[in-house]
Amino acid sequence: MTDSTLRRSAVAMTGPGLWTRLNNDRNWLGFWFMLPAAAILVLFLTYPLGLGIWLSLTDASIGNPGKFVGILNFYEKECYGPDDCEIYGLFGDHVFWQSVWQTIFYTTVASVAKFAIGLYLALLLNNHLPFKAILRAVILLPFIVPTVLSAIAFWWIYDAQFSIISWSLTKLGLIDQYIDFLGDPWNARWSLIFANVWRGVPFVAITLLAGLQTVPPSLYEAATLDGAGRWQMFRHVTFPLLTPIIAVVMTFSVLFTFTDFQLIWAITRGGPANATHLMATLSYQRAILGGNMGEGAAISTAMIPFLLAAIMVSWFGLQRRKWQQGESDD
Amino acid sequence: MQQRFTRRSILKATAATVAGAAVAGSDLLDWSSAWAADSPFKPESGASLQVLRWKRFIQSEEDAFMELVAAFTKATGIEVEVLNESMDDVQPKSSVAVNVGAGPDLIWGLYSLPHLFPNRCTDLTDVADYLGGKYGGWVPAAETYGKSGDKWIGIPMCFGGNYINYRNSAIEKAGFKEVPQDLDGFLALCEAMKGGDMPAGMALGHATGDANAWVHWALWAHGAAMVDENDKVILNSPEAVAACEYVKKLYDAFIPGTASWNDGSNNKAFLAGEVGLTNNGISIYQKALVDGLDIQNDMDHAYYPVGPVGEPTEFHIAYPILVPTYTKFPNAAKAFIAFLMEAEQYNRWLEGSVAYLTHSLQAFEGNPIWTSDPKRKIFKEAANRTFVAGYKGSVGQKAASAIAEFIVVDMFANTATGQMSPADAVADATKKARRIYR
Repeated sequence: MTDSTLRRSAVAMTGPGLWTRLNNDRNWLGFWFMLPAAAILVLFLTYPLGLGIWLSLTDASIGNPGKFVGILNFYEKECYGPDDCEIYGLFGDHVFWQSVWQTIFYTTVASVAKFAIGLYLALLLNNHLPFKAILRAVILLPFIVPTVLSAIAFWWIYDAQFSIISWSLTKLGLIDQYIDFLGDPWNARWSLIFANVWRGVPFVAITLLAGLQTVPPSLYEAATLDGAGRWQMFRHVTFPLLTPIIAVVMTFSVLFTFTDFQLIWAITRGGPANATHLMATLSYQRAILGGNMGEGAAISTAMIPFLLAAIMVSWFGLQRRKWQQGESDD
Repeated sequence: MQQRFTRRSILKATAATVAGAAVAGSDLLDWSSAWAADSPFKPESGASLQVLRWKRFIQSEEDAFMELVAAFTKATGIEVEVLNESMDDVQPKSSVAVNVGAGPDLIWGLYSLPHLFPNRCTDLTDVADYLGGKYGGWVPAAETYGKSGDKWIGIPMCFGGNYINYRNSAIEKAGFKEVPQDLDGFLALCEAMKGGDMPAGMALGHATGDANAWVHWALWAHGAAMVDENDKVILNSPEAVAACEYVKKLYDAFIPGTASWNDGSNNKAFLAGEVGLTNNGISIYQKALVDGLDIQNDMDHAYYPVGPVGEPTEFHIAYPILVPTYTKFPNAAKAFIAFLMEAEQYNRWLEGSVAYLTHSLQAFEGNPIWTSDPKRKIFKEAANRTFVAGYKGSVGQKAASAIAEFIVVDMFANTATGQMSPADAVADATKKARRIYR
């Protein structure tokens, strides 16, 4: 009798089981809630990224998983004779370096232009204008149109024989000969940057407009009472309060531009003579069309440091204020 | 490239063509059912097929093709789904399918596509032997494209001829009655046309079909080649520099903007009367015929000129079909290929393609399409006159990579647009070629 009572007490003292405790513990509950998100990140982000980096260290080709070759896709020296050595891998591949330079140029110019035009449009649309709602919708149009469709439209606009721009300028008597938009390397680069800016401005403009509308009007009233002019209000009220949203929008804008593929591929396919290849298009050409998966993956992997640098610059450059990170500003 | 006819092949070819003609009037379904019963290729029970093919350029070709597909389904009970992709998208789609091991059961692509992944292609030697034996043998280029070692990894269903398209009035205005068949004469024609309303123009952008066709002709016509018979890179040569200098002169005579042209640009420019000479398949002429354009009476086709090497150095598109090893129905896929290329089917399809496609089996030389219109005649010889991708070397993965990367196109484009001197452009292309061929 006594024994059985003791046993019952022992059972009662063990309390809820492990499973019940895990289900009720606040920290474990947080873990359970985070698990689906973590699984998605691992499956769709970490795994492809890891696979890409692994492929860059192999000689994989289409249908062939390849074997580990170390850094040969990045650097390899091969000699054909005493004075006839070549550096292979990306390091010795001038088309790759050309694409790196072009990607940086394309991203820098297009991002700066998108920011300047986007901010200007956002400030304009933040005022009380007639047909404001319609204007905001119209501004979004380039972003709504599928990229490939807008790329095809630009391909026609830039056509060597049927360009509407050349036709108009010829009719106006301003030029004698059609502009070679896509056949000349520099014309082609500027033409693609224009198309990218046209497409990317709405994203910047509308996001900054949303940011502008969060600025409390009382701050402007206070600034006005202090005698601030329009520029001073922008410089000391609007811009500082916009920096968090600028950081986010420009980070995304730079990332989208750096990894641009569709516009380039639909309009020039990297031509003429590789003059408009970006790292993304060159990677695709080498891996999927050329069949050299390892080399294509190496080009993609080489994009990672640039993208990380872009994120760091915008994050630490524009989000350095403590209050933006939830602390008081001193 | 020399034609290799033997007495045996001609006898077989004639017999097969006669057999095809005899059946032409009978009901296609009856014949198809009988064929299915006797076919050496017995499909798996419950098989169905998915075919990925390049999107048609000629509507009547696609119509004829789909008729044959329907006849195959009726005769065998095998459902066939045909997926159409633009020419440039077939290779990436098939590459992804083969890499992941799932996708279409048959892939019909361009040039040396099967050689991008030879180990992932079903052995089609039995189909090739069956068809080759029955229809007079394969043209030499088909055999080169189809075989990897002794094994057939793809069946080159046909070739797409790419020749000089010209407006009679434009070359007459330039003082010529026909397209000269030597390099100097051809350059003189293009230079003379420059002053007229319709100059010449050929694609020098990343145009898979048209740009590759004429720049390889120019390279080979001067006696240069990317690699030798052992796949050793030999591009850096005086002949290649001479070819660059020649193309630079041609480019200067062309209408401005050809460095940005893709495969559709020359069609548009020619049909709009912007250019009077370009290189293309027969699709421009066919478009003029179908739409009833006056241009049909003022245009014709010519061979590419022959260079110092003394033989044609043309480069026409090959269209090989392959069966990936991941397919569950390899026998059904083989039966499908064999069915399409039987005389009773192939002759109809060839006629439907109105000379856009050229036969890869010698027996089909007698198809009426080659004599129905003199302007189509030269396309008959495309398969027998073409060099292959990777000439003088092997038609393997490296050749496919070199074409996919537009090495030769960019070499000429760099020279033509003044980005590099001919010698620098050749050295640059040599380095790119060495990277691939090492």
